[in-house]
Amino acid sequence: MSQAAAAPVADAPTHDELVDEKIVLAHFVASLVFLTVSMLAGILMALQLVHWNPLRGVELFSPGRWRMIHTNAVAYGFLANAFLGAINWAIPRMTFHPVASRALNWFIFWAWQVIVGSAALGIILGPSFQDQAWVMDLAREWKLPMSLGAQGLEWGETPFWIDPVALLGLALVAFNFMVPIARSKGPMYVALWYFMAAFVWTFLTYAMGNLLPEYTVGGTSAGAIGGLFIHDLVGLFVTPLGWGLMYYFVPILLRKPIWSHGLSLVGFWGLAFFYPLQGIHHFLYTPIPMFLQYGAVISTIAVELVVATVVINFFGTLAGRSSAVVTNLPIRYFYTGMVFYFITCFQCALQVTLTFQKLIHFTDWVVGHAHLVMFGVFSLWLFGIMTDLFPRLLGRPWWSHQLCVWHYWLSAGGLFVMFIDLTLAGVFQGYYWASLQPWDVSTEGSQPFWITRVFAGLTMFAGLLCFLFNLWMTWRGAESREPATWTAPAARPAT
Amino acid sequence: MFESKAGVFFIAGVGFFLLAFLGNGVVPMLMYKDRPELSAEELVAGVPEADEPDPERWKVPPNLRIMNQFRDLAERYPEPFAAAFGKPTEETCAEALRLGRQIYIGEACWHCHSQFVRPVSNESLRYGPVSQSHEYDNELQRPVMFGTRRVGPDLSREGGRRGNDWHAVHFFKPSVVSYNSPMPEYPWFFDGSPDKPNRRGLALITYIQWLGSWLPEYPYYEELVEVTGE
Repeated sequence: MSQAAAAPVADAPTHDELVDEKIVLAHFVASLVFLTVSMLAGILMALQLVHWNPLRGVELFSPGRWRMIHTNAVAYGFLANAFLGAINWAIPRMTFHPVASRALNWFIFWAWQVIVGSAALGIILGPSFQDQAWVMDLAREWKLPMSLGAQGLEWGETPFWIDPVALLGLALVAFNFMVPIARSKGPMYVALWYFMAAFVWTFLTYAMGNLLPEYTVGGTSAGAIGGLFIHDLVGLFVTPLGWGLMYYFVPILLRKPIWSHGLSLVGFWGLAFFYPLQGIHHFLYTPIPMFLQYGAVISTIAVELVVATVVINFFGTLAGRSSAVVTNLPIRYFYTGMVFYFITCFQCALQVTLTFQKLIHFTDWVVGHAHLVMFGVFSLWLFGIMTDLFPRLLGRPWWSHQLCVWHYWLSAGGLFVMFIDLTLAGVFQGYYWASLQPWDVSTEGSQPFWITRVFAGLTMFAGLLCFLFNLWMTWRGAESREPATWTAPAARPAT
Repeated sequence: MFESKAGVFFIAGVGFFLLAFLGNGVVPMLMYKDRPELSAEELVAGVPEADEPDPERWKVPPNLRIMNQFRDLAERYPEPFAAAFGKPTEETCAEALRLGRQIYIGEACWHCHSQFVRPVSNESLRYGPVSQSHEYDNELQRPVMFGTRRVGPDLSREGGRRGNDWHAVHFFKPSVVSYNSPMPEYPWFFDGSPDKPNRRGLALITYIQWLGSWLPEYPYYEELVEVTGE
């Protein structure tokens, strides 16, 4: 942005030369499709827990299989697609260079949808064919993790035959976006540090998690790698892309530079150093050596201090323009996400301690935490970005400003209720278990929380439906009823 | 350096990732590198003492319990068993364990049931001995499924707690034998009724009965029901 926001140079490339708007649109649409599938899967699992599952006993709608669709569709279908769309907008505009190849971009787009789609098919259909004799023969002969369906690693469930293809895809993504970054002159703006690191990290993380525990490392060490993988996937793929986009969009929408360059340095390098060191904190009190567990705990607490500097930096940027939170919906999304991010990380610093772990590990507290970060932070940010970009991509303002606002309140409100609800549920479950009461006391005691969770989830889904309907009406060019002020393209300076 | 491309790429991107991998991954790998990984066959049949002293091998007793459970399945469900596995031998038992674990993964059992007992929160009273590293050094723990959520109880000491018929009915319709259980039903492990488990059902029951069967003993925690007076 240091360059993009400066007075446009005379021979600067135009927006159309830089950004392929169609691919941004395509990625956004694909991401919303996967988000819809994922949320429906989440609702199915939530209904199962409160005995309201209308599809019980149907093999292809088994809540277990769809539970894995829920998390994988969010990570690889929704987040990955939405990020790809957003960086297709942000990186060329920041670097003044288009991606290495637009054709490659489209290849990546289709390849990625095939990868996510076939991973989903594998997870749904694989277990049904698992008992065929030839599957077991292959497993014995080749020592392959011959699970036709999911693999036994959280977020690494993608069937083993998908993994090499997905890695290739990630390598192509890295190449296509590293080229414009490499071509840019002068010092890099902070958003580009995050993006560049994210391309390296995502590839390495995916390779580590999907290759090592299945083929080479066994036993407890594989557990340590598994912890590192689920942690790095959030910390080194989702987080840097998310923050990079915030560093790009927030100053542009507020039309002022980021508050402190020094603090962004602290934030980036602190995150890069401490974040990957924490993987084992997902498996405290396991047979993984205790000194490694202590190390993970300490670096987790350290990173929360770093996070505080990042959040302070953004609120410093907001100072003097704080009315934007009211008037500018994307900004409201971004800062709501940042507040949730701070809550997430503060919660993290507490719950990572062995004292908290004793009580809350294995409970719904963890589920609440996961939803707070994945939906409350990154999904809200991406909704904000989409709310800002769709009118520009479609060349017309939102059909309904009110529906955009509804989308915000239903998403943020529903999520917040879900977070509080699951956190409380976790505390109850922890005490039920520790008090050695029969197991069904804990599931019975969870019912009020689980029922609340169903409705919180439905609220979030209703928000998404508002957004989808609004997008549909905007797309087909229905006459705008109440154009939103913040989306009028003229209100923003040209590239 | 802190704002240059090379610095971000090599130090933050590659360097810090590898540093963390070294600390979190390579250290435990090196610590446990001398432990042999047992195959499913060895878990069932055991490993005889080597003639020559060999630091890479040590004696593993045969697992009589899982073979008893496997034979019980063969007697209890003779026709489905014969169709699925033929005779209850050590080889077919290993095959069932391997398949059962894949079903356990594919149906996401491990997303609601953990497989490790912690030294806190009274878990050793409820489940049994705290999990130790050597329990995970085998093919059927690759990758380990410690788990991150317990909607249902931990299963790492589940083997032998309940009969095979209990498990069959439970998989067919959990609420019949487990009060108000939120667990999904798995009728596709059966040919129509709980007394006709198919290959997948038999394999999964075998796998569940194997979990913890390597330990000398653990408590039967359902007796704790009396504590609450229910």
